[in-house]
Amino acid sequence: MAFLPELVLLATALALFVVCLGNNRLRAARRAALFGGLAVLLACGLCLGENATLFDGAYRVDAFSQFLKLIFALGFLFAILLAGELPDIRGDIRPEFFLFLSLSVAGLFMLVSSIDVITLFVALQTAAFPLYLLVPMRREREGQRVQMESAIKYVMFGIAANGVTLFGLSYLFGLTGSTSLPVMMAKLGTLAGSPLAVAGLALTFAGIFYKLAVFPFHFWTPDVYQGASHESAGIIASLPKIGAVAILIRFATLAAPDNRAIAMLLTCLAVASMFYGNLIALVQTDLKRLLGFSGIAHAGYALVGFVALDGAGYTAALYYITGYLFMTLACFVVIARVSKDGVNVAMSDLAGLHHRSPLLAVTLLVGIFALAGVPPFVGFMGKLALLKAALARGHLWLVIIAVINTAIAVYYYLCVIREAFARDTAGQSPIVLDASTRLLCWLLIIGTVALGLAPSAILDLLAASLH
Amino acid sequence: MPTPFYPSEFPILSALIFSPLAAAVIAVLLRSDRALRWWSFLSTLVIALVSLPLFWQFDARTADFQFREHAAWIPWLKINYTLGVDGISVLLVLLTTLLMPLCVLCSWRYIKARVREFMICLLVMETAMLGVFCALDFILFFVFWEAMLIPMTLLIAVWGGPRKIYAALKFFIYTMAGSVLLLVAIIALYLQVGSFDIRQMMGRPYSENFQCWVFLAFFLSFAIKVPMFPFHTWLPAAHVEAPTAGSVLLAGVLLKMGAYGFLRFCLPITPQATHLFTPWMIALSLIGILYGGLTALAQSDLKKLVAYSSVGHMGFCTLGIFALNKDGLDGAILVMINHGVTTSALFIAVGLLYERLHTRELSQAAGLGKFMPVFITFFGVFCLSSMAFPGTNSFIGEFLVLVGGLAWSPWLALALAPGVVLAAAYMLRLLQKVTWGSTNNPRHNGLQDLELREVAALAPLLVLVFWIGLKPAPIARIMEASVKNLLQQVNGAPAKMVANDPTRDSAGRPNNRASWALAEVLTPNQTP
Repeated sequence: MAFLPELVLLATALALFVVCLGNNRLRAARRAALFGGLAVLLACGLCLGENATLFDGAYRVDAFSQFLKLIFALGFLFAILLAGELPDIRGDIRPEFFLFLSLSVAGLFMLVSSIDVITLFVALQTAAFPLYLLVPMRREREGQRVQMESAIKYVMFGIAANGVTLFGLSYLFGLTGSTSLPVMMAKLGTLAGSPLAVAGLALTFAGIFYKLAVFPFHFWTPDVYQGASHESAGIIASLPKIGAVAILIRFATLAAPDNRAIAMLLTCLAVASMFYGNLIALVQTDLKRLLGFSGIAHAGYALVGFVALDGAGYTAALYYITGYLFMTLACFVVIARVSKDGVNVAMSDLAGLHHRSPLLAVTLLVGIFALAGVPPFVGFMGKLALLKAALARGHLWLVIIAVINTAIAVYYYLCVIREAFARDTAGQSPIVLDASTRLLCWLLIIGTVALGLAPSAILDLLAASLH
Repeated sequence: MPTPFYPSEFPILSALIFSPLAAAVIAVLLRSDRALRWWSFLSTLVIALVSLPLFWQFDARTADFQFREHAAWIPWLKINYTLGVDGISVLLVLLTTLLMPLCVLCSWRYIKARVREFMICLLVMETAMLGVFCALDFILFFVFWEAMLIPMTLLIAVWGGPRKIYAALKFFIYTMAGSVLLLVAIIALYLQVGSFDIRQMMGRPYSENFQCWVFLAFFLSFAIKVPMFPFHTWLPAAHVEAPTAGSVLLAGVLLKMGAYGFLRFCLPITPQATHLFTPWMIALSLIGILYGGLTALAQSDLKKLVAYSSVGHMGFCTLGIFALNKDGLDGAILVMINHGVTTSALFIAVGLLYERLHTRELSQAAGLGKFMPVFITFFGVFCLSSMAFPGTNSFIGEFLVLVGGLAWSPWLALALAPGVVLAAAYMLRLLQKVTWGSTNNPRHNGLQDLELREVAALAPLLVLVFWIGLKPAPIARIMEASVKNLLQQVNGAPAKMVANDPTRDSAGRPNNRASWALAEVLTPNQTP
């Protein structure tokens, strides 16, 4: 019973595999994925309170992992709705998109339950490899092969970062003689301040930072966002980041509560990510590249919570990145639907959006202002929780730098709003949305507002699950 | 004590805050523009009428917050949903609810495109503005304070004039950049107090260093909103480009939020720092008064003229606040109300002219007296009110501020006198030109005088001009206890706390004058 969500998801993946064997099975694949996604969501809801340890202590099902699986299942469903008819994926491999998507989500499911570093590493790769494949699946056009370049960058960086992670894990294994995280934690307790442990942890973080797009592991982000199709970029931008934060929590708890060196390292990376992402985003004209750089900055914000190295900070970071799923998908659904024939969307293509499709315009408004950290959306409450956690541990300068970055970021977010609301162009036809897109828009708007205004339940749940 | 209008335990403040939001949700469903206009007008009118009994039911004998509501909101972050009004904020709540129907009226024909979205923005604005004045939890306050930016920016960016994009961006960025440090200050205060409750943050013995930093963070945020002198540059741009209703809300309510912030947070939470920075605040206010006056004198755009006059008026307001005596504070609050009434009326009037002439150039509007007598009557009264003519509302407020300022230091008279004269100069210039300015502008033939709807938009403000001008006692009565309490908070506590501090005199002001060159010039002789 505790393994039910994973089983349902794997069954979905298997079904999709079978569907993919035939020709022109996009519609069937989409139905199967949608049905499977609902079933997974249901299973996750049913197993929310489960507690179990499976596979000889390598796999733990607890409140923490079950909550995250619920979020992943929700994200999975959003991704399927976002994918729609997959206009920008090569015609003959469209059904496979759903197969790889479900396999990647299966990897994320395992990732958050793994408490043995070997399982964890395997899960990390299971989550990553299908995503590597999604990038080059974009349709080729006359003179456009940027997706191949993006895919190569994504894979190369990914494998390099994972190699560094493995190296770091070998240090931790050498220090503790175990691959089980709870054992490691117990043994590392007194050693956590030693240079070897700090080096091991820092190297281990590399693979996680790569997924989260933290400076200096961010180089792939804008290129992959730009090169991948809108649907794939939306998935890469949202789901793996939640997984990254979840395992970062697992490893950060290995560092003793006041590990100055780790806190310092995280502070530097947070500051660098925020400044780098926000300053470069200021001059972007391609909307997806802009979101890529803003994603780097948001990874920096999330790290602000980790600097605190305590439960409040982890809760805040997880809450923030959960909110980020909604905010960023809200932006990507607009990109995917505004885009003509799957071509990348420049800022100026948004002109007159509030005439062309009021619902998309409102979705963009909510998503962008949430990213900017304006209440009443989740971006604000998330930042508040992060800043509060960091300031409570005395990181005043980091907090001030974070809010200054919020102020910098406002400019480019406003530029997006400016294009969509204040500029009008003649002769733009209205955008007609299908029912599933409308549903997705409403779900994302409601989620962004509800998480911002009534986060009590989620925050309590997260805080409780982290103890 | 009259019989209560609201049943006991009725959450009147919540009802006031959220009914505009509910009206906005219903507006989403309405299809015809006509129905939307009527729906928005009626709903804001009903909200205004429902809010009126606050005035009578408010117990003026106590400085306590009244009509309080309290509920846990986000326990994990220790954020509560706490509402309440005292003698200062209740007046601002009433001002807001009163201005809203007038905003709808003056947009009746001005807004032709996307009426539904416009009305929704207006109604959401009302929710946010009322929330700012009613919130007693600092985070709740901040949520409303920031949330307000979204509809206001849209009002400017979508329905504004030719340079709307520039104005909207500038407005948003200025305000947001100003308030990010406010958020840090709020969290820092929370870590000292253990609660986001504003009332619990007041009167705590924070260290002076801490107070100074918190004060500066507050100052940056509120001074931009007021706006005080070096931070005022967003105001003319935003005012000029915003549609009439946007200008009215900006001038009538948003600017008040800055001054309200000083009254509600700076003075009671950081009294020592307030005393320390007073000379600087007074100096900035003076510069604002003179600068606003001089710039207004040079404007040829009607809206810009009124906008710069706002800078001057708000200078009087902050001057009164930082005079830190009863006359000054009474005057400052009255200036807030009066400016809300008079400047809103002037913006509505300019908007009416714009609808007819499609320009805001003073020279194009010159000589309207014989074509639009009713309009000129209204316009004349509001111009006189704006220059603080005795018998109108502004006179009372600015007179009290002058009294308070002179009590702080007689030297202020040297600077204030030209400020008052300037106000008269630019307003009389405006009035003279518009009424008798030139003859025979061919565009003026066949101009329509005001119709009933337009008279209805201006008449309530006209009544207020004379009512406050001739009988300010009811308003003064409402705020008296709260002002006294505020004075006690800002003057009483630090004097006790620093009694043994050798670097300060008995009133808690710094003795070390060398570091405060301004304090030397403006030696205060105020009694604590």
